[in-house]
Amino acid sequence: MSDRIFGVVGILLSIGYVFAAFAIEESFLSDAVGPKAFPLIIAAILGLSSLAIALRPDAEPQWPALGRLVEIAAAVIVLVLYAEMLPVAGFVIATAFVSAYLAWRLGSSILEAVLVGIGTSVGIYVIFHLVLGLSLARGPFGF
Amino acid sequence: METLANLGDGFAIALTWQNLLLALLGCFLGTIMGALPGLGPSNGVAILIPLAFTMGLGATPSLILLTSVYYGAMYGGRISSILLNIPGDEPAMMTCLDGHPMAKKGLAGEALSLSGVASFVGAFIATWGLILLAPQLVKIALLFGPAEYFALFALAFMTLGGVSSTNQAKSAFAAALGLGLATIGVDTQTGVPRFTFGEVHLYDGLDFLVAIVGLFALSEVFIFLENRHGGADADANKIKVGKLYPPVSMLKETAPTMLRTSFLGFLAGVLPGAGASLGSFISYSMEKRLVDKEGTFGTGDPRGVAAPEAGNNAAAGGALVPMLALGVPGSGTTAVLLAVLLALNITPGPLLFTQNPDVVWGLIAALFIANFMLLAMNIPMVGLFTRVLMIPSRILMPIVAMVSFVGIYGISGSTFDLLVMIGFGVMGWGLRKFDVPLVPIILGTLLGNAMENNLRRAVTIDNGNWWTLFDSPLALGLWAVAIIGFILPLIVGARVKAKMHARRDEEGSISD
Repeated sequence: MSDRIFGVVGILLSIGYVFAAFAIEESFLSDAVGPKAFPLIIAAILGLSSLAIALRPDAEPQWPALGRLVEIAAAVIVLVLYAEMLPVAGFVIATAFVSAYLAWRLGSSILEAVLVGIGTSVGIYVIFHLVLGLSLARGPFGF
Repeated sequence: METLANLGDGFAIALTWQNLLLALLGCFLGTIMGALPGLGPSNGVAILIPLAFTMGLGATPSLILLTSVYYGAMYGGRISSILLNIPGDEPAMMTCLDGHPMAKKGLAGEALSLSGVASFVGAFIATWGLILLAPQLVKIALLFGPAEYFALFALAFMTLGGVSSTNQAKSAFAAALGLGLATIGVDTQTGVPRFTFGEVHLYDGLDFLVAIVGLFALSEVFIFLENRHGGADADANKIKVGKLYPPVSMLKETAPTMLRTSFLGFLAGVLPGAGASLGSFISYSMEKRLVDKEGTFGTGDPRGVAAPEAGNNAAAGGALVPMLALGVPGSGTTAVLLAVLLALNITPGPLLFTQNPDVVWGLIAALFIANFMLLAMNIPMVGLFTRVLMIPSRILMPIVAMVSFVGIYGISGSTFDLLVMIGFGVMGWGLRKFDVPLVPIILGTLLGNAMENNLRRAVTIDNGNWWTLFDSPLALGLWAVAIIGFILPLIVGARVKAKMHARRDEEGSISD
């Protein structure tokens, strides 16, 4: 069943792609092929392969239990927040929090998670910023 | 003779302190990444690319660093196969079959050192193969026009699915998805924006490095979050390593096996779409058929350890041939290496050998040097790497995630790119669940623009006649191979692939 849904989503994606391709505004100066032809070929392949997936599905993949999905969703939210907060909070603080969170969720005890967080963040800061001179996000305290 | 002179120049380039240090660093990191389950060569190289850039390395030093990681990972994969019966990366899967039984018999040290020697032999022969074969391939490639190039790209995509997936439709889907992603951004020929939906950040197109790191490295973190208690944490201490040098009798016994499988692995690597996993698989299968008269394969036969290791390292070298000579990589990791070249504004392909001979020959010389370094590292120092194996994934994975973010942020300094990377990470996780191979996606985003440009150039040169794509015998030949490569696996491939994929679950989407 999963593959059938996947295939249908793929077909919808290819239809959307076709519409977006037709919406490309052509410039008055164009080559013989134009900017639409290649995307349309791709859309055709996308659609056909999705159709094949929907018609001949593989065995059902092993979906994780709901709890695990929530786990992944939570991690995605934390990472998005990290990306947004990086310029605000600065590299060291933001990274310490996120790596501690990930370590905790991957099964570390709280104490170990805190140590991993601080260790990762300071370690990366020292190696990549102080030694290799990479520019990392600066926070209010300059690190 | 000319080749030797070129190689000499290459050594002159590679033998600087900086390059030697980079090769050493790459070998060390590569072996660790190969040894750690969950971090394969493509992940390893993907994570390190942004760092190579932000460190401001030039083309040759970056490539030396990253190909050393590539070779190193091929060596390292065997360590956890032998000690833990968990392949450190996908090509090392076949090494589990005889390597772990050997370790259980108390021959862990012998298995490790023997496989180290086998890796060396495979990689050494393959590097010579690269030197001899690549310039010949360049001569053919110089005859290619835009139509032939378009056919060649099509061939790469159509054959890629043959071994990288159990389902051809899914690999075609992945290729189309990658090519579709590549069309995002301003059209290079006419200057009109495509699929940007008014988002200014998308006008430049998606950065393929962001896509690669997201799809490979970050999706791995999600997989680990999902199977938190899945058994990657194992205790390497249970098995004593013991002796660190293989007995001469064992080397003698396995020498013919190593030589045979090195050649076979190299050929498997050169073929488009094959790569190191297939190299180790067919090497093991062939040796089993050829020399396993007493049925000892699978119970800890040294030849069963030497065969897949020589095969996968030789295939790793072989896979560099089409990448350097044609600009069309045949495997996951060489696709990632191609991304390095493209990001450095170097166009691989036949012209690379004439325009940037320093890059090519410096790289090849570095491969030789790296290979000797790896041999030195992997035999006496293997104990060090077995200790690294004891780092549990709950500590390792946060570090991997954070280093990925640092690398991408270091290149662009933009939050938008980080968000795109997270998006790719989620997408990679989902697609791996559906068993959709990720390599065609990467290859699509990398080659999409070149493929489209060649198509448009070919048709424009011929005044809008699309049949020009099938006009020359060379192009027809390429199309024929492409179509056979696509259809053949549908007929005969199912059985072989079922065997090859029997042992890998989600790892399968990232082939070497």
